[in-house]
Amino acid sequence: MYSKKFLEILKSGLDQWDEQVAPLRNKKSMPRFFTVSGEDIDELYTPASVDGVDQDDYFNKQINHPGVFPYTRGVHHNMYRGRLWTMRQFAGMGTPRQTNERFHFILKQGGGGLSTAFDLPTLMGYDSDHERSLGEVGKCGVAVDTLADMEIIFDGIELDKVSTSMTINSPASILLAMYLAVAEKQGIPFEKIRGTLQNDILKEYIAQKEFIFPPKPSIRLITDMMDFCTRKVPQWNTISVSGYHIREAGATAAQELAFTLADGFCYIESAIEAGQDVDEFAPRLSFFFNAHSDFFEEIAKYRAARRIYARHMRDKYKAQDERSWKLRFHTQTAGCSLTAQQPENNIVRVALQALSGVLGGTQSLHTNSMDETLALPSEKAVLIALRTQQVIAYESGAANTPDPLGGSWFVEALTDKLEAEAEAYFAEIESRGGVLNCIEEGFFQRELARSAYEHQKELEKKERVIVGVNDFTMEDEKIEIPVLKIDRQVEKDQCAFVQKVRAERDNEAVQASLENLRKVAAADGNTFEAIYDCCKAYASVGEMCDILRDVWGEYVETQAAMQVS
Amino acid sequence: MADKIRVLLAKPGLDGHDRGVKVIAAAFRDAGMEVIYTGLRQTPQMIVDAAVQEDVDAIGLSILSGAHMTLFPAVLKEMKAKGAEDMILFGGGIIPDEEIAELVSEGVDKLFTPGASTDEIVTYIKSAVKNKSSDEQIM
Repeated sequence: MYSKKFLEILKSGLDQWDEQVAPLRNKKSMPRFFTVSGEDIDELYTPASVDGVDQDDYFNKQINHPGVFPYTRGVHHNMYRGRLWTMRQFAGMGTPRQTNERFHFILKQGGGGLSTAFDLPTLMGYDSDHERSLGEVGKCGVAVDTLADMEIIFDGIELDKVSTSMTINSPASILLAMYLAVAEKQGIPFEKIRGTLQNDILKEYIAQKEFIFPPKPSIRLITDMMDFCTRKVPQWNTISVSGYHIREAGATAAQELAFTLADGFCYIESAIEAGQDVDEFAPRLSFFFNAHSDFFEEIAKYRAARRIYARHMRDKYKAQDERSWKLRFHTQTAGCSLTAQQPENNIVRVALQALSGVLGGTQSLHTNSMDETLALPSEKAVLIALRTQQVIAYESGAANTPDPLGGSWFVEALTDKLEAEAEAYFAEIESRGGVLNCIEEGFFQRELARSAYEHQKELEKKERVIVGVNDFTMEDEKIEIPVLKIDRQVEKDQCAFVQKVRAERDNEAVQASLENLRKVAAADGNTFEAIYDCCKAYASVGEMCDILRDVWGEYVETQAAMQVS
Repeated sequence: MADKIRVLLAKPGLDGHDRGVKVIAAAFRDAGMEVIYTGLRQTPQMIVDAAVQEDVDAIGLSILSGAHMTLFPAVLKEMKAKGAEDMILFGGGIIPDEEIAELVSEGVDKLFTPGASTDEIVTYIKSAVKNKSSDEQIM
């Protein structure tokens, strides 16, 4: 792209600059110039910092135009000039009725999509009245026991008018089946149903640890569900391959990028092995990344993700359909970056993180609420978070042109560096026998624990400043943020409700559907169809998961995965 | 006090977020303590049984799911039943101030919230264990 002559002139100028800056180097505003991931940043970036810029095909090969392979600048030709990202705020708490009210509130305020958080018993496949659910019902999200709960959550919401994201993994098929059953009751054909299921079990073993079954049957649940959706729910995004939780558990940007894409490739290989055509299912896969505090590193991460994915999909997995090459992703600002101290400062953190997601070309975005280190977000905090996105969209100018930072020598160099680091991790994962082996031997888990501890030590040595936490602190700070608490009555009400549903449903039909699920799980039929029948009979999440636990067993983390480093 | 301080760290309930507990485990180890980490989804009974069997000085619980008002009292009850009340019970999580006060009045020794440094927690454990053992010598 740049001629030899151009680069020679540049380098001689750079030598002069180096002499001029030399005497200034003993004065430093900060102890270290490094990213939030611990990567040291050079003093200056110029065209000479970017590999390959002397080649004529550099631009087309590495960057190219938006909507054109390898999609470094974005997956759409016109990006936000055509359509803004979806402002998708994650919500869910207490009873199904409370969540339904929050959903109506979000839709009224201009939120474009719904995103459901489930409570821990639901995520772990226990009913609300199970002894292990005690104290957890409705706390981290909404409690769902049976189809009756799902009917309440989406009461008054026409399912062909919204797109819904559901953050659920081990029992993901069950929750999608319930959602489809609600659609059927509303008389809406499956072809019109739009949304995303997180359904990413691999990152559960790696980071978030909400797993129920061992990896192999868990992956079968996923491929069965993908098969069903490819045939019958064509607009549904079947897996949201998630780096978010990997990052929250301590990963660096490069680890988030590499481990997430490695997980994605593992699903793709599994579906291909199960006999599915890559171009049939790949266009419905999407990704979910974190937006952490290092502005430029995050933008580079999203750009690198698109380029890596496009190259692997086309060249390694031989996808022919361009839609299979495009990495579409959702972004959420980093929960782990929020501080309990001076919580209003979190509004600023979230705004910067959200802007990096937008400049990185995200398809949808959740902005965290300022009070999330204290409790579930209050309505006011949720509204400020949504307004933050609207200010970015309509006031900042960030949506005017695709990839505004493309061609920045710093951002291009960082993008290349992250891609190289991810490729090095892919090689290491392969040499360790692939993703499933790495989970068993605790490779990912130890990498994350090590990075998390390094980060903590940097904070405590004050190599890294967090405003309000290890510097700029306030003595006797009084936090005056109203926090939302879940009434203990929620648990009692939810337990009573599931017991009422169990008493009133046709229990013979429930038993028959559960027995069929057991048969299918033990053999090799499609588990999704069997689950759908159970849901329609009002079988509970706990009853279905008990059957599957019985057939497949429960997964326990290995000792190697529990080690701290 | 020549013996190493022994601490059992546990994740009770259904919560799987283990970043914090692992950071604390590494910090305690680097501060010269003996750390036993139980892993995820331990019931109060499993936790106290392990603590008694390992004869630890302190039990630390990490709860980020909001179930602290159920799980801390359940562990305290189990400690009483097993005669392990002399052990220090501390923990960390997203716990509002008034609930900290309530749990401390019920017998939890100390609770840490987001932003606490590992130094602060290590210092606390060292002094709490020292105080407990000098109490025992007086008796």
